[in-house]
Amino acid sequence: MQFNKVVKGLIIALPVMTLMACGSSGTAEDQAAEMNKPAVEENAQASAGVETAAPDAARLERERQEQQMKDEMMALQNLQTVYFDFDRSTIRSEFYGLLDKHAAFLVKNSGVSIVIEGHTDERGTPEYNISLGESRAKSVATYLQNAGVSASQMSVVSYGEEKPVDSAATEAAWAKNRRAVLVYQK
Amino acid sequence: MFKKLISSVTLMLLMVTQQSHAAIEILITEFTDTARPVAVVPFRFNGSGVKPANIEDVIAADLRNSGKFRPLSLAQFPSQLPFRDTDVDHAAWAAAGAEAIVVGEVNEVGIDRYEVRFEVIDVLRGQITGGQNQILVNGKMTTSNDHILYNGVKTISGNQFRQFAHRISDVFYEALTGTKGAFLTQIAYIAVSDPRISKLPYKLVISDYDGYNETVLISSPEPLMSPSWSPDGNKLAYVSFENKRSEIWLHDIYTQQRTKLTSFPGINGAPVFSPDGTKLAMVLSKDDNSEIYVMDIASRQLRRITNNRSIDTEPSWTPDGKDLIFSSERGGKPQIYRVNLATNKVRRLTYQGEMNLGGTVTPDGRHVVMVNRTNGNYHIARLDLETGMIQVLSRTYLDESPSLAPNGSMIIYSTIDKGRKVLSLVSLDGRFKATLPSVEGQVKSPSWSPFLL
Repeated sequence: MQFNKVVKGLIIALPVMTLMACGSSGTAEDQAAEMNKPAVEENAQASAGVETAAPDAARLERERQEQQMKDEMMALQNLQTVYFDFDRSTIRSEFYGLLDKHAAFLVKNSGVSIVIEGHTDERGTPEYNISLGESRAKSVATYLQNAGVSASQMSVVSYGEEKPVDSAATEAAWAKNRRAVLVYQK
Repeated sequence: MFKKLISSVTLMLLMVTQQSHAAIEILITEFTDTARPVAVVPFRFNGSGVKPANIEDVIAADLRNSGKFRPLSLAQFPSQLPFRDTDVDHAAWAAAGAEAIVVGEVNEVGIDRYEVRFEVIDVLRGQITGGQNQILVNGKMTTSNDHILYNGVKTISGNQFRQFAHRISDVFYEALTGTKGAFLTQIAYIAVSDPRISKLPYKLVISDYDGYNETVLISSPEPLMSPSWSPDGNKLAYVSFENKRSEIWLHDIYTQQRTKLTSFPGINGAPVFSPDGTKLAMVLSKDDNSEIYVMDIASRQLRRITNNRSIDTEPSWTPDGKDLIFSSERGGKPQIYRVNLATNKVRRLTYQGEMNLGGTVTPDGRHVVMVNRTNGNYHIARLDLETGMIQVLSRTYLDESPSLAPNGSMIIYSTIDKGRKVLSLVSLDGRFKATLPSVEGQVKSPSWSPFLL
């Protein structure tokens, strides 16, 4: 959702920036914009060769960046789960590396936001487990925030024991269910 | 706008369906010899065609399900089946082993109209007095039928037989135990089918206490939790994740009107009506971690009750509405605490066991029924508030969500049986045990209704 907004924002903002840049000069972007202007206006024919090349390069670069972000996000989505010990919400050190990757990506892409879901196994009462699930999700949020991620990029929801990935009543299933999941918002 | 559209689509998916058969049925697993022998004599039908319902089967099942009575089988009955007290051979029934019997008849009085007459008879007393007790009233000898504990008559329609049978069971139970029966009650629970198969796997269901007359109140793509009855039995409060976050909703069972009560950031959970129905205790994490709040339903005004760095959850009212008990991790692992709403003074109630949580105070205010964890096993337990003693009641696996019958005689709870979540019953003394195996899917979070009229 948040990401979409950013993309939409860019689509609207780009032509505005182009117009604003007409009177000014200085940065490379401004110059590109300056050159961009005639391309769609009166001098299109005279300097067509130069003018078409510049916006294409910018667009390609933008697309490349977007693709890179998508690839990174896709890669992160395969590493989205952190597991917990029974009745605990402290993050095990083996997951620091995984969370650091998410943190680095989220810091670089401040327009992207995530929902951190907290889950528990089925032992204990459903209401207590909602609170435990929230503690787990908040542990992840705190870790990411300490790694520089803005609080505004993160929200937390606890499903307690209501959404097990494995509904068997076994130690192995419980271990899979005691988790926090980082879900990127589209 | 788009969001609005989505939520209205979701609402359209939430629909009410009713099934007449029972999806869950009571299967008694443990019984006690102290159950009193009684007999429910088949009611005579005076009318054309076939008898519309076997009222006696429903009554006998109720009495058996109470754990307090052991209905004799037809084979144990004396050869002559009476329909009125005047036909009853008290000595023969006493010899057959019955303490008390129910007799009655169904008279067809119109199209789909039936007059049901019934009597609850103390056959031991009847045997002594010969049905004609002589007593002194204002200095005069008078005959009395004091062996007839109750006689009733009511005209009902064909679809009210089960309900009226539960009413007769209530009357019988009260006449013989002195405690109000809880057979004319309902349970609310959450049924969950496999999310990979079902688009709307989460259902909030109400049924008669015995699993009959199942009605699905809502079906949702996201979890539903913590149903709780209003004291008048007209409304349920519960938690729904239909908007991808926990929210507390109020649902009118008769009008099917739904109202969103809370949608604060974080947890909106564990709603429980106050005994007078004006307030709702709940858990919110908007200000901190899980804390207990009390909302005045009419004004929506919130009052924060707990203020603690650790988890506080699962509020439950004492019968006088003056205190709440709740689970808290303030001492390390979750234990049960009690807070007075006037003074905000908190007192710890449980010390035995690794954890105690999910507590409810019994209607007489003398016990707390809760989940106890000892040696890693989760069982339903009873805390005596006077002595502090804890008695483990259940023997099933991973027990949770205990809810008391309004007369305090029976606890319904959720457990795991053959790898599936099912509902189970245990009497407050732990002697009677039964499971309610479901036909399909998982069944959990039971909540027993108040007395219904």
